[in-house]
Amino acid sequence: MSWLRKDKSATATVPRTGAGKRILFPFDAHGLAGNALDAALRLARAEGGTLVPVFLARVPLHMPLDATLPRQSKLAVPMQDLVEQRAGKYDVPVDSRIERGRSYRHALRQMIEHERFDMIVLAAAAAGGPGFGADDVAWLLANAPGEIVVLRPALTAAA
Amino acid sequence: MARGNHKIFLGMAAGVGKTYRMLQEGRAEAEAGRDVVIGYLEPHDRPATTAQAAGIETLSRRGFSYRGNRIEEMDLQGILERRPELCLIDELAHTNAAGGAHEKRYEDVEDVLNAGIDVYSTVNVQHLESLNDTVCELTGIRVRETLPDAVLASADEVVLVDITPQSLIERLLAGKIYRPEAIQPALDNFFKIENLSSLREVALRQVAEDVEAKRLPSESSIGSRSSAHRDRLLDTQVPQVIGERLLALVTPKPHAQRVVRRAWRSAQRLGAELDILWVSRGTPSAEQEDQLEALRRLASILGAHMLVEHGDDVALVTQRVARERGTTYVLMGTPHPRGALARMLRPALQQRLLTLLPGIDLRIVADRARAAERLSEEDEI
Repeated sequence: MSWLRKDKSATATVPRTGAGKRILFPFDAHGLAGNALDAALRLARAEGGTLVPVFLARVPLHMPLDATLPRQSKLAVPMQDLVEQRAGKYDVPVDSRIERGRSYRHALRQMIEHERFDMIVLAAAAAGGPGFGADDVAWLLANAPGEIVVLRPALTAAA
Repeated sequence: MARGNHKIFLGMAAGVGKTYRMLQEGRAEAEAGRDVVIGYLEPHDRPATTAQAAGIETLSRRGFSYRGNRIEEMDLQGILERRPELCLIDELAHTNAAGGAHEKRYEDVEDVLNAGIDVYSTVNVQHLESLNDTVCELTGIRVRETLPDAVLASADEVVLVDITPQSLIERLLAGKIYRPEAIQPALDNFFKIENLSSLREVALRQVAEDVEAKRLPSESSIGSRSSAHRDRLLDTQVPQVIGERLLALVTPKPHAQRVVRRAWRSAQRLGAELDILWVSRGTPSAEQEDQLEALRRLASILGAHMLVEHGDDVALVTQRVARERGTTYVLMGTPHPRGALARMLRPALQQRLLTLLPGIDLRIVADRARAAERLSEEDEI
């Protein structure tokens, strides 16, 4: 896996006094990229920060945006438990979230609006595969404050 | 004039046999000598249903033209004039075409009940207003015709007509529910095992909650109601279902999310409602406000109820809330280690809760981070 790093420290949000960096790690119902999660956890440990794994839940248009989402919760909750379990091995504190939106990008935008982060670690999708596509990454680089780390998909995943 | 009794046959989907069961019970009442009529029947071209209706007087429908089409609706006026003892009315959530006395069929049924006529009716669980969003998310299908939950809650009896999803699909494949050309589209859309299993669970839970809701007021107000009403409640011989209700105690800190998730998983397994409680001792800090907002969002997504109460004594506030909400199970995070002086002055929160909440189970959710810390400390030793 290689790295594409865009340092926007000039516009970075200010970390909380007395707290380490908050590192946002978004993922969705398509699954968790284990290698990206490990990379995010290593970063969090190196920075002495807190990992904020956020499950992005897509709410269909025919439902209110604040609707209860039992089916997606059944996916999100075990995935978050898995992230916390893995974070325990790295000794990294976690502060999990589930965020709703009309699309994954909308959910991510809502998350960024609701809370402040110092860094966002994003796993890019392999061509045609699940995850964050090139458009999402471009949008995030243009709109999200703070440092953004985009993890390219592993070669095996891209093949 | 005494209001008629309302019995609702509830099912998870079309084809489970609600109408058939309603007709079967209606027929039994007629054979027992009661004056029974069919106010409205939707046979859906199902021969077994049509056969079950044979011999029971069927009232004519109210026909009229609407936008060039011939439409037939239930004739409310005809039922009220006929004045049977028991009227069978299918499809309670149906929306009437324009021109009737009411917009919805359940409003027509209200008039029939108020005229002292007993009613048997049918409805599918996805039509219930409060479940509409949940069912939509579970199945991906939005149901347009909804029924206020109060209609089900006010029914004198709710009968769950239940079959397994596998049996329902077998019935569908055998052509007992839809015409041959409609079978494959039904299998491709609504009639999937996972959809039906979810709906079945929702229907079973709904009836269990309805039974409990009816039982509790009857116990608390015994003696204050009429003996006829009391007898009716006792005569139903409903199973004494007691629903679980979970209460997760949290503080607005990151580890609270884990406690809530654990509590939600337990609530799912038990088919229980989940309340989340934070007892605030003062004005929350900015960081606490952020965490509280995150907890509110999580509660909203999970369908839990977030409660914030103010008080100095967490145990006493928890005791009050648990009594008010009918809690049967309390979950909390791992308490912080306390100093010797604090231990001497006051027992730990979990010990006080066990004393203050007799009969309520208490579960302490392990803190992974602290467990890992402890393990590494032990390794060093």
